[in-house]
Amino acid sequence: MSAPAEINEQMERRSFLGLLLGTVSGIVGAAMAIPLVRFATFPLRNRSGQASWSDVGKVDEFQSLNAPVPRSIDIQTVEGWRSSVMQNSVYVVPNGSGNLKVLSSVCPHLGCAIRWVDDKDRFICPCHGGTFTKSGERVSGPPLRAMDELESKVENGILRVRFQYFRQLDANKEPIS
Amino acid sequence: MDTKHLPEKDSTTPTGWKEWLNSRTGCYSLLRGALDEPIPGGARWAYIFGSGLLYLFLSQVITGVFLALYYVPSSDHAHTTVAYISKVVSSGLFLRSLHAYGATAIVILLFLHISQTLLYGSYKGRREMLWLSGCFLLALMLGMAFTGYLLPWDKQAYFASAVGTNIITEIPVIGSPLQELLRGGSQMGTLTISRFFVLHVFVLPGLLIAFIGAHLFLFRKAGPAGPINEDPIQPTLPVQKFYPRQLAMDMVAALLIIVALGLAAHFFPFRLGPEAVASDTSYIPRPEWYYVPIFEWLKVLGGKWSLLGGIILPGILAAIFAAIPFIDRGRERRPWRRPVVVGGFVIFAACYAGLGVISYHGDATDPIVAAQLARQRQAEIDFMRQPFEPESSNPSSAKGAGVAADPLIAKGAAIFAAGPCSSCHGVKGEGTAAAPQLIGIGQKFNPDSLAYLLHHPTADMTDGGMPKVDLSETDTKALVAYLRSLK
Repeated sequence: MSAPAEINEQMERRSFLGLLLGTVSGIVGAAMAIPLVRFATFPLRNRSGQASWSDVGKVDEFQSLNAPVPRSIDIQTVEGWRSSVMQNSVYVVPNGSGNLKVLSSVCPHLGCAIRWVDDKDRFICPCHGGTFTKSGERVSGPPLRAMDELESKVENGILRVRFQYFRQLDANKEPIS
Repeated sequence: MDTKHLPEKDSTTPTGWKEWLNSRTGCYSLLRGALDEPIPGGARWAYIFGSGLLYLFLSQVITGVFLALYYVPSSDHAHTTVAYISKVVSSGLFLRSLHAYGATAIVILLFLHISQTLLYGSYKGRREMLWLSGCFLLALMLGMAFTGYLLPWDKQAYFASAVGTNIITEIPVIGSPLQELLRGGSQMGTLTISRFFVLHVFVLPGLLIAFIGAHLFLFRKAGPAGPINEDPIQPTLPVQKFYPRQLAMDMVAALLIIVALGLAAHFFPFRLGPEAVASDTSYIPRPEWYYVPIFEWLKVLGGKWSLLGGIILPGILAAIFAAIPFIDRGRERRPWRRPVVVGGFVIFAACYAGLGVISYHGDATDPIVAAQLARQRQAEIDFMRQPFEPESSNPSSAKGAGVAADPLIAKGAAIFAAGPCSSCHGVKGEGTAAAPQLIGIGQKFNPDSLAYLLHHPTADMTDGGMPKVDLSETDTKALVAYLRSLK
């Protein structure tokens, strides 16, 4: 065998080994990445379950209601390794014939806290000027839908609500689990 | 094809966009320099330990960074977050076990790497700085093992680190201030976790990376020493390039390490014990296995000799170890012609291993210690079986406050405090040397079986001195409610 041919063969062997080492380390690396990815993405797959119910107040307080009233509610949440109480605001609004409904104060546009402005008889979002009627229907401004009504019920004379967040910038009300 | 030009078209000669990248960064020339490193005498399995350590360090960095996604360094949350990682997060137990067993693997490979260097006389021939940088790396790695050990904040971690930091006070004059500086106070606490965390995650890894860089640079500067019949300064044996044979061997070694660690982590996951409670006087702390001989040594040379045994002798040994390439300067590398260095190292290793054997044998043959260690192991197994309980940051259900809130629990607490219960089980059910803790008992038994056990203690319980509880049904109910509220 001539010297250049020998070098040629040696180089082919070297690049074959290189390919083999590269492939094996690629496979091993990918296998090791699986637990790492599962570990890091755990919070995305494990949402903290069903939203819990929070007390809003005694139903009697809201009986003679003719304008929305704001209420601060305590929401029991589990974030990862700790359970804590978050506070959020909701509006209790009369829904005709003595019924009540509870609206989230989170604007369906970009998530600012909506205010009830008594003088104008409207809900007005302070950020981009979205306005809503007193039952939460959209009147004007950038929001794509009405204010979000929250699931509510009356238990032992207490109005309770299940607080949820909904996807913003969407014409449909879609809960974020 | 004209084969004459082939040698110039080496597979590592970049073309196209690679040529452009190389002309701007020089990365291919660097890679080529690394791969074409000449090894006198050729590739050998004896040379795999250094790259094995580099691989393990990388693995520790990656798993460590991921663990930090959930870990919180504070005495309030450390244990909860490690429990969350171990019990809830997908692959959490596996990654934590990989990280913990990785530390053990590093200690083993450090020993093999040092043994190989000493037996082969690879520190000879103008390699003093290479050796010294390795000594620093050894100290830094042992520091990593020590600081990382505390972070889970379980009983084992707490007491082992308390003992470890107490040894520092033996240093004359500056001992006590140094200990307080390390602990962030006179006692172990949340500031200690912060300090250990900063050392473990920022300071020591930064130094490690710097010294690993220096170690590799100095290694490349001096060149591989080759086998024992090679001259350490002017190599004469035919050389072989690092790539492919030595690289392939190194990668096989790395693969074996990954597989071994993965199997250990999967089949024998690393346990987390119950949270650290400083008041637990019955706990017998034991350090991690590679520190057990030091622990045994301090038992032998305790008391008035502890300054000599704990500080002076280890200091002298470390100084001699670091000075080896300055003392043993000849070109002779065959181990049987260097009896002082090789013999000294073998004797040291044998003594170290012997102390470890004595310690484990002592623990196994002392019935009281063996029983307590078995109880501690069982407590760890029990804790790992309990479901994860999220930490409550709700002020109304915080510890202690709940007692007053529920009248039934308050009544039970009064019965517990007034009766003989608290004298053995502790004022808050935390357990004493005489009886186990009752905290968390509500997770093991439902109210009915707990009430039944109180009235009908098992043989084990009566043997341990637990009397039959003679209470009315309503009082039993209150006591059970209180016991179940203990968390």
